[in-house]
Amino acid sequence: MQDYESSLADAASRKFETFSYLPTFTPEQTRAQIEYIVSKGWNPGIEHTEPENAADNYWYMWKLPMFGETDVDAILKEVEACHAAHPDNHVRLLGFDNFAQSAGASMVIYRGKTV
Amino acid sequence: MAKTYDAGVKEYRETYWMPDYTPKDTDILACFKITPQDGVPREELAAAVAAESSTGTWTTVWTDLLTDLDYYKGRAYAIEDVPGDDTCFYAFIAYPIDLFEEGSVVNVMTSLVGNVFGFKALRALRLEDIRFPIAYVMTCNGPPQGIQQERDILNKYGRPMLGCTIKPKLGLSAKNYGRACYEGLRGGLDFTKDDENVNSQPFMRWRARFDFVMEAIHKAEAETGERKGHYLNVTAATSDEMMKRAEYAKEIGAPIIMHDYITGGWSANTQLAQWCQDNGMLLHIHRAMHAVLDRNPHHGIHFRVLTKILRLSGGDHLHSGTVVGKLEGDREATLGWIDIMRDSYVKEDRSRGIFFDQDWGAMPGVLPVASGGIHVWHMPALVNIFGDDSVLQFGGGTLGHPWGNAAGAAANRVAVEACVEARNMGRELEKEGKDILTAAAKHSPELAAAMETWKEIKFEFDTVDKIDVAHK
Repeated sequence: MQDYESSLADAASRKFETFSYLPTFTPEQTRAQIEYIVSKGWNPGIEHTEPENAADNYWYMWKLPMFGETDVDAILKEVEACHAAHPDNHVRLLGFDNFAQSAGASMVIYRGKTV
Repeated sequence: MAKTYDAGVKEYRETYWMPDYTPKDTDILACFKITPQDGVPREELAAAVAAESSTGTWTTVWTDLLTDLDYYKGRAYAIEDVPGDDTCFYAFIAYPIDLFEEGSVVNVMTSLVGNVFGFKALRALRLEDIRFPIAYVMTCNGPPQGIQQERDILNKYGRPMLGCTIKPKLGLSAKNYGRACYEGLRGGLDFTKDDENVNSQPFMRWRARFDFVMEAIHKAEAETGERKGHYLNVTAATSDEMMKRAEYAKEIGAPIIMHDYITGGWSANTQLAQWCQDNGMLLHIHRAMHAVLDRNPHHGIHFRVLTKILRLSGGDHLHSGTVVGKLEGDREATLGWIDIMRDSYVKEDRSRGIFFDQDWGAMPGVLPVASGGIHVWHMPALVNIFGDDSVLQFGGGTLGHPWGNAAGAAANRVAVEACVEARNMGRELEKEGKDILTAAAKHSPELAAAMETWKEIKFEFDTVDKIDVAHK
């Protein structure tokens, strides 16, 4: 039997919704998920936040959502640019489904210093 | 020219069998499966069902002539063979929309499944499907929040949500119960759930349960940084009591409550759903008693009808069966009623048992809840069958983990995320499920232990209620 390690005191217990129970994605895995967003016809968007405000609905938008962008490299470049500009922040990538008026995909790609 | 009064008993088909009738866009349409008593002609029975479920009674009455009966009557307009079953036939009946009170599934069903089901000339009767015209749909309140709004409230995107029904079903104290919830939520579940028969018994009164469970939610949220909920069952002996419990759930900040819409009743359900919409609450719907109504292939009400009733009456989640777990559910038929829950327009598709086009307009969808005898090995099939817009609920499959609920929850969470990741990469989940789970378990001892615990468990029994297909 194994203890389930998780506590209020340990910041490593904080999770980040979808895919945060898997090991951190390799660049290839991230790429595959971006390809999925593009293949669904969703609009990629990037958001970031200070870790202490991660529970908010509204994170900061990094520029506008990339309406109509289908180039995976261009999308990855923006994710990296956001991370470079805000290295201590969480950075997430969303795929906006304008028909469902919801995000079809959302994943935190860079984690800041979790609190 | 005015009609004259002619007392006595007429054959139903003289008035109610209208094979040349073209249904109007505003008509409510119904498909019944009729099993006749010997020697009664099909047209007469179809007409009798139309009459008894609308304006007719067994004899002519003079007051018929005070109204425009030809406008108000139900019309049997078609008859079809049932593929693979000579003992019965389908009858299609059209009802003018003005027969029914606006926004009242109670009123519609009181007509359509009322006295007619006890009619002696029928050996058995089953309501297979109803087409609600968009004109009627627009009079109903529908789901309090809907799928998109629920995702935004709970911040869950791009995957099915995960739940767990707390077991044992009955007998836990409120504090022990809250512990079981807390462990599941901190391990990675989005929801825990009251079992349907948990209301407010002496061993655990509702108020104590609500308070302890709310602490479990708050602590698990702080610990994981994710949003959590527990379906607080407000089903009660009276609707006043139900509303009292709902108000308290809101007061303590619970995001979601729960109701049993068949045993609790559709009036109470519609009232509660309206209140949830007005008060920003999500509403989970359980379906106790449904199998009494929907399992017999010849008599009762098909679940696809009960699904439509719920979407109109209002609920954000509805139990749908799992296809793969311990409870009855034909795969194609289940896919049919999942569409009925979620889609804005559902086309007639006899291979899924759907008899009519159904336009829901802008009415929000209901999340299907797969629950009952499922465990991690079912995850690839569940993600494939249900897709992202669903709640996958593992009761025994969480609580039965050898290391406890938190580990059981984490195992399921890792499994669902691994399956979603693989699906998004274009992998075939039902074919490659074992490889996908085995790879994920390398990084999750909780998942590895769960896979070992349930590797032998299967529920392979034949389905009783199947889609009607020709077999000869």
